[in-house]
Amino acid sequence: MAQHEEHTTHSQAFYLFIGFALLVLTATTVGAAFINLGAFNPVVALLIATIKATLVVLFFMHVKGASEKLTGAVVVSGFFFLAILLSLSLADYLTRSGPMWR
Amino acid sequence: MEPEAHGPELVHQFSDVQQQKNAASLGMWLFLVTEIMFFGGMFCAYLIYRLEYFNAFAAGSQQLSIKMGAINTAVLIISSVTVVLAVKAAEAGKRKLLVGYLVVTVLLGLTFLVVKGFEYREKFEKHHVPGSTFSFTDKFDDNGKQYSVNSKEAELFFSLYFVMTGMHALHMIIGCGLFTVLAILAWKGHYTPAYFTPLENSGLYWHLVDIIWIYLFPLLYLISRHS
Repeated sequence: MAQHEEHTTHSQAFYLFIGFALLVLTATTVGAAFINLGAFNPVVALLIATIKATLVVLFFMHVKGASEKLTGAVVVSGFFFLAILLSLSLADYLTRSGPMWR
Repeated sequence: MEPEAHGPELVHQFSDVQQQKNAASLGMWLFLVTEIMFFGGMFCAYLIYRLEYFNAFAAGSQQLSIKMGAINTAVLIISSVTVVLAVKAAEAGKRKLLVGYLVVTVLLGLTFLVVKGFEYREKFEKHHVPGSTFSFTDKFDDNGKQYSVNSKEAELFFSLYFVMTGMHALHMIIGCGLFTVLAILAWKGHYTPAYFTPLENSGLYWHLVDIIWIYLFPLLYLISRHS
């Protein structure tokens, strides 16, 4: 099986840059929490967290550039089933009339 | 490829080195998916109770220390950087640099746990640990308006806080043990540019634990902090 040799790692400067970006995003999320955005406070917090998680998955965990596409499919399936768990649970609880437990 | 190679870098059931690496990485990711679902159940419980008992969750969250949470987030991010640099050092065959990065990673992991320990101590002192001694008299401060909070609902927030951060801390303890073993084996020269799969897979585990904290921090510490 002739395959090209996998180059999973990036340069040290690139890793330090991603790490720096993650720290800046952490500071951003703390700052954003103190601004009154109404219903959008948790949305912004989760959006920033998801950007950070995506950076870690793509560049630290080397999903971007992996030679095996199956790895990417498994990663996506993990978050896909998590989305099913959360969305279908909420589809139930949020559509109940009155307080959730009655 | 070498059919006769008999080292850990190519065991006999794989046809080439790249196939073996892909298989190891895929197996690790399957395990990480089970971890996502394991923590996912707790995140789901958190989400539903937060929607129903928002005031209690906000009041509970306002009792947590943003400073300590943010410091721990930074510590974990830096540790993730040292992990990728360790893998890079292994790939380049720089043994001493590799051991150095692994040791720094363990020290950062222990720093996280010590800070977490101080936070837990504060919870015990304030009687914010769920159980018979639990007491919660703080109010939810929303733009200067004070809302009193049902202490049973606040206890639920702290139950989720301890379960989620506790399971995360357990993963950190396991990670620190894992990386200590890796550092010893790396020092003995077990890892070469041809074979460092355990380092890569342990790195994947460490990053996932980092990602879980990236979500725990805003969800637990940053509820309704604006005024």
